[in-house]
Amino acid sequence: MKYTLKLYISGKTARSEHAIRNLRHICADNLDAKYEIEIIDILEHPQLAEDERILATPTLIKSLPLPLRRLIGDLSETEKVLVGLDIKSVMTTS
Amino acid sequence: MNMNEHSPAGALEKLATGIPGFDLIAVGGLPIHRTTLVAGTAGSGKSVFAAQFLAEGIKQWNQTGVFVTFEEPPKDIRLNMASLGWDIPAWEAAGKWVFVDASPHYEDDMVITGGYDLGALLVRLQHAIGKVNAARVAIDSLGAIFSQFQETRIIRLEMLRIATVMKEMGVTAVMTTEREQEYGNIARFGVEEFVADNVVILRNGLDEQIRHRTIEILKFRGTYHHKGEYPFTVVPEEGMIVVPLSAIKLNQQSTDVRISSGNPMLDSMCGGGIFRDSIVLVSGATGTGKTLMVTEFISGGVAAGERCLLLAFEESSEQLYRNAKGWGVNYQQMEESGALKIIAAYPENATLEDHLATIKTQIERFKPDRLALDSISALERITSAKGFREFVIGIASFVKGHQLAALFTATTPDLIGGKSVTDAHISTLTDSIVLLRYVESAGQIRRAITVLKMRGSMHEKLIREYYIDGQGMHIGEAFGGHVNLLTGGSVAPTHASNSDCVNWQAKKTTTS
Repeated sequence: MKYTLKLYISGKTARSEHAIRNLRHICADNLDAKYEIEIIDILEHPQLAEDERILATPTLIKSLPLPLRRLIGDLSETEKVLVGLDIKSVMTTS
Repeated sequence: MNMNEHSPAGALEKLATGIPGFDLIAVGGLPIHRTTLVAGTAGSGKSVFAAQFLAEGIKQWNQTGVFVTFEEPPKDIRLNMASLGWDIPAWEAAGKWVFVDASPHYEDDMVITGGYDLGALLVRLQHAIGKVNAARVAIDSLGAIFSQFQETRIIRLEMLRIATVMKEMGVTAVMTTEREQEYGNIARFGVEEFVADNVVILRNGLDEQIRHRTIEILKFRGTYHHKGEYPFTVVPEEGMIVVPLSAIKLNQQSTDVRISSGNPMLDSMCGGGIFRDSIVLVSGATGTGKTLMVTEFISGGVAAGERCLLLAFEESSEQLYRNAKGWGVNYQQMEESGALKIIAAYPENATLEDHLATIKTQIERFKPDRLALDSISALERITSAKGFREFVIGIASFVKGHQLAALFTATTPDLIGGKSVTDAHISTLTDSIVLLRYVESAGQIRRAITVLKMRGSMHEKLIREYYIDGQGMHIGEAFGGHVNLLTGGSVAPTHASNSDCVNWQAKKTTTS
């Protein structure tokens, strides 16, 4: 099953760029080609932020495969991202 | 406007909230284009204040508003506020009210994967303000956003950013926040540090075992407000009502129009009737005829083509009908014709603030020319002496503002005489005082009436005897020949025997 990922950012800030780069790396390293990334700049599409009830940026939403997941932050903590996206189960080792 | 202070040149402008009473104590309203922090403990009415700020804006000035909710989902707010008479869904449909739903998603846990800010919230707020061209914003409540996101420092900075942006956009905002106790720190999370220019505190304390809600403006930077705590209440179908007691000047725009008390003899004792916009206090022990006097006051009003409102706190409507009928007055018919409205309530069913709010609402709806309240002492037992005095001031100022003729009754605890006109020393607030007293004379109990005070007019100083029969109250001759009737220790006139002495036996009649 394909991963459907939407990354919400507010403007082209350093933090936004950082989050986009981190997401691309994590996907490339862990999901082969089975994923689809959409980047949404809420400054251009505020209604989309409203519809998804986004508060913090960056926010990553995984809509497929279920369950739906929401990750907040610039995705720099790779382990947390992998667990949060259900790619990896919770690690017992450090 | 009723205020002692005048804004200095260059003082901040105000935006009237429309919350009844609040703008009086706020000397005009909230500082315009600023954020005001509204802090209170759980259940103190913060959310109502926030929602009402928007609702009154829409209702009274067609000013649109944005409601940011960090706590309850919009569907709960729509439902809760419907009981206060605010049709939020209709306003949303009309583009006058818009929600920014920032309530927590309980369905998924939040994973933090690195640095973040609340840029999306800010964008959504700006978007919402732009969408309806909002003049007002309510944010409820900060505590909830702090518990959604753990990083207090980030959230504080973001709230500061939001307050700054709102100021730039020219909106006037209310932000609610939690307090842990009624007195002490203004708010949790140190939020007062960034929006502390203007702080309002809501309290929900206990005053002699009775719940007592108050509102206090702690500070408005660069502009005036009234200091101290003011009672408020939340009324179904109305919302919050602040009782701006000492902020109100009891300005007596006295008219010199006289009306009949319903008893021609009493009118003549008063120097030709009572004044149109005056408050008459009738004080007497149980059974002296206070309720009869109310009945005559009402029937006199109805006979003169006036609308009368009777608030009864001691007897049920049925009982009142029966009493009145006994004196030849048909309340039922008067009610059916629309000239009379009787509201019988049990004092303990509500707090005094609620009663006051109900009375105000009824006066505004029914628009009576006369108001009778029987008895004010029944309300005294549900509150503290301070609370009662505030209530009487509140009702007196309201009655004056509406140019009503009002008759209040007060029951004195002692059968003969009485320590004072009323225990709470409210006599200074009324224009006229009529005393009904039992008098012991020659082994008989007789009744005596006198007009003790009649503001702005001459009145008869005699103490007259009266009796009550099926036709009502009959005021007769003066008790001639007796002295010191009111001060106690009656001295029999020299020509009379001791047993003839009319003993008012007022131990200490402090009715000066």
